[in-house]
Amino acid sequence: MTSVLLRRFPSNIISTIFRKNVDQLRNLSSIPTTVDKIPESHKYHVTVVPGDGVGPELMLCVREVFNAVGAPVEFDELLASEVMPGRSASLTDIVTSFRRNRVGMKGILTTPALSEGGDLMSLNMKIRRALDLYANVVRIKTVPGLKLRHQNVDFIVIREQTEGEYSALEHESVHGVVESLKITTYENSRRIAKFAFDYATKFNRKKITAVHKANIMKLGDGLFLESCREVASLYPNIKLETMIVDNTCMQLVSKPQQFDVLVAPNLYGNIVSNLAAGLVGGAGMVPGESYSTDVAIFEPGARHPFLTGAGRNIANPTAMLLCGVNLLQYLNLDTMAQRIENAISTVIKQQRIKTRDIGGYATQQDFLRSILKQLGY
Amino acid sequence: MSFAVFRRLAITCRSTSSIYNRRSFATSSPFFDETSSTTGSADSPRTVTLIPGDGIGPEISNSVQKIFDAADVPINWESVDVTPVKSPDGKFRIPLRAIDSVTKNRIGLKGPLATPVGKGHQSLNLALRKQFNLFANVRPCKTIEGYPTPYTNVDLVTIRENTEGEYSGIEHTIVPGVVQSIKLITEHASLRVCEYAFLYAKQHKREKVTVVHKANIMRLSDGLFLKCAREVAEKYPEIKFEEMYLDTVCLKMVQDPTQFDCLVMPNLYGDILSDLCAGLIGGLGLTPSGNIGENGAAIFEAVHGTAPDIAGQDKANPTALLLSAVMMLKHLQMYDKAERIEKACFDTIKDGKVLTGDLGGKSKCSEYTSEICKRIKDSS
Repeated sequence: MTSVLLRRFPSNIISTIFRKNVDQLRNLSSIPTTVDKIPESHKYHVTVVPGDGVGPELMLCVREVFNAVGAPVEFDELLASEVMPGRSASLTDIVTSFRRNRVGMKGILTTPALSEGGDLMSLNMKIRRALDLYANVVRIKTVPGLKLRHQNVDFIVIREQTEGEYSALEHESVHGVVESLKITTYENSRRIAKFAFDYATKFNRKKITAVHKANIMKLGDGLFLESCREVASLYPNIKLETMIVDNTCMQLVSKPQQFDVLVAPNLYGNIVSNLAAGLVGGAGMVPGESYSTDVAIFEPGARHPFLTGAGRNIANPTAMLLCGVNLLQYLNLDTMAQRIENAISTVIKQQRIKTRDIGGYATQQDFLRSILKQLGY
Repeated sequence: MSFAVFRRLAITCRSTSSIYNRRSFATSSPFFDETSSTTGSADSPRTVTLIPGDGIGPEISNSVQKIFDAADVPINWESVDVTPVKSPDGKFRIPLRAIDSVTKNRIGLKGPLATPVGKGHQSLNLALRKQFNLFANVRPCKTIEGYPTPYTNVDLVTIRENTEGEYSGIEHTIVPGVVQSIKLITEHASLRVCEYAFLYAKQHKREKVTVVHKANIMRLSDGLFLKCAREVAEKYPEIKFEEMYLDTVCLKMVQDPTQFDCLVMPNLYGDILSDLCAGLIGGLGLTPSGNIGENGAAIFEAVHGTAPDIAGQDKANPTALLLSAVMMLKHLQMYDKAERIEKACFDTIKDGKVLTGDLGGKSKCSEYTSEICKRIKDSS
């Protein structure tokens, strides 16, 4: 009821209402809490969509590592693919499974340019939409032991991922003239801003940078900025800073240490998170997570299926393993999560066994085996 | 209103007619300026419109003029003001005198202009681009010796579509709290910029053109851009053609920028990537930029901010504007002058004795300028 009312009011009235309900709103954290506790003998059911490219083999690595630490996790595996639609489970099945388990893991789905069926929305977007996975989080942190251009980078990218440029509203007005709509709503902008501030509070971060292009898209990105400012007024302990997206990218390559938490609309978030992943070792190193109000899905932070690496035993499983670590943490299995994380960082720190993408010569299986060895398996 | 429409029409007509006029005797392309070759001597004086800009703009423009004098470049500057004035339709627009000047000279050099963020009138940069139909923004990014960054051996060019896309400026609030911004992609503009990119690659002996897109998400609009790029690529079999998603480019760019050569893309992506690449070599203070129009018109500009905090204090770094001016000379086919100035500038930075504050030195803008002038004079 309130949300319907809110939508009808102009924003200045809404902000007055807000100020009255500050305390009430603060208690409603937008980060979903973990799934219900289960008796010790049972297992957590986790929906797993391996994805395309190297996804399936990376998911196998996760299974082996989970076995090694004895994680009480049961994988409900479903195939989803846009490039092999014949083998893909239906969208309904996928969504139902994620909804039932409320927690899942997902590899990267290939989204072909120019789909065959003329479908404007990719499967990935359909899943996100159906589950309302509005927030994507990518944690960017330099791992000791890697040769990188920038050291001591540690920040979080939070991305709105249901609207904006990814609305799939496009049409050809006349031949050779295409319009693509970018939709920005007050509600979703405020929701992601609130998520960002809640996340920053939870992980004790001090500064949030809102990424925008409001100098050009005055209304659309202007609305996003306005929403961020409005939410920021409820969190006096966290500083809000705004930065234009092109400048953000420039700052990221020259001085990435200045960032703490970044919050961005859909496309800018996609750009920033991939760029940032490149700063700390690439697609094979960075985990990510997507949240709706009650579902959490753990997936690699940079969206690259690495099609050319499939079946060649060369892909770096670190990103997917760290997704597994985050999953275990989310399920309150902190000890196991910690063990795996330590094993990974020890192997990377030892400098001896590294996959090709991070400057080594080891195969994926060698890398995995040395992690398993660290776990005493 | 009707007045504005008329003016725009008049400009469009003039520009199209000039394309065809020159096409009759110039064989290669309607994009490049061929006047110097068709009029014979490359040394005949050229009049160029100078838009000094706001903030540090006047200082750095002055510095460029001094350096050009030192190198005896046959260019007459025509300085104009682009502070918006109220036009008959009640909107604030660029003064007619400035427009007439660029229309007449077809070449301009522009310092930084201030763009107010948020509400207000249409940004001036945008208006200039639309007015002169500057469809392509070209930014070469090359590692500058003597100013080390974490990235080495960067040598790439970003070519950005500059008239439509996300910057079409069409936006509206449908109901309170729901905004729709329109990204416009046309076949005409996409073909035009891709054509220019390949031509540029060919003329500057570049080996590869990468088209940057997001057609997996925006399947119709970016799909159209991609299709146009493929179509043009077929005409240039000698240049390698590659397609890549924007996010992949960003990721690979920060991991290994040397794998890229020439990149062509729609407006917003170009905006982001060109700044990113500038960041790789040390920032906007060192990156030149050129805007290419259809009838040989071109405006070269410094894309950094107006730095109001140091304006008037003789602290600004004129390198970006100077290198843009050098790009302009190359566009006018005055290659030897261009190379002499460029060399003097790079040598000054490499030497590291006389540098402005942003480059880690202590010298003033005027000292840096005289150092470059001295080197130019010594070299002749």
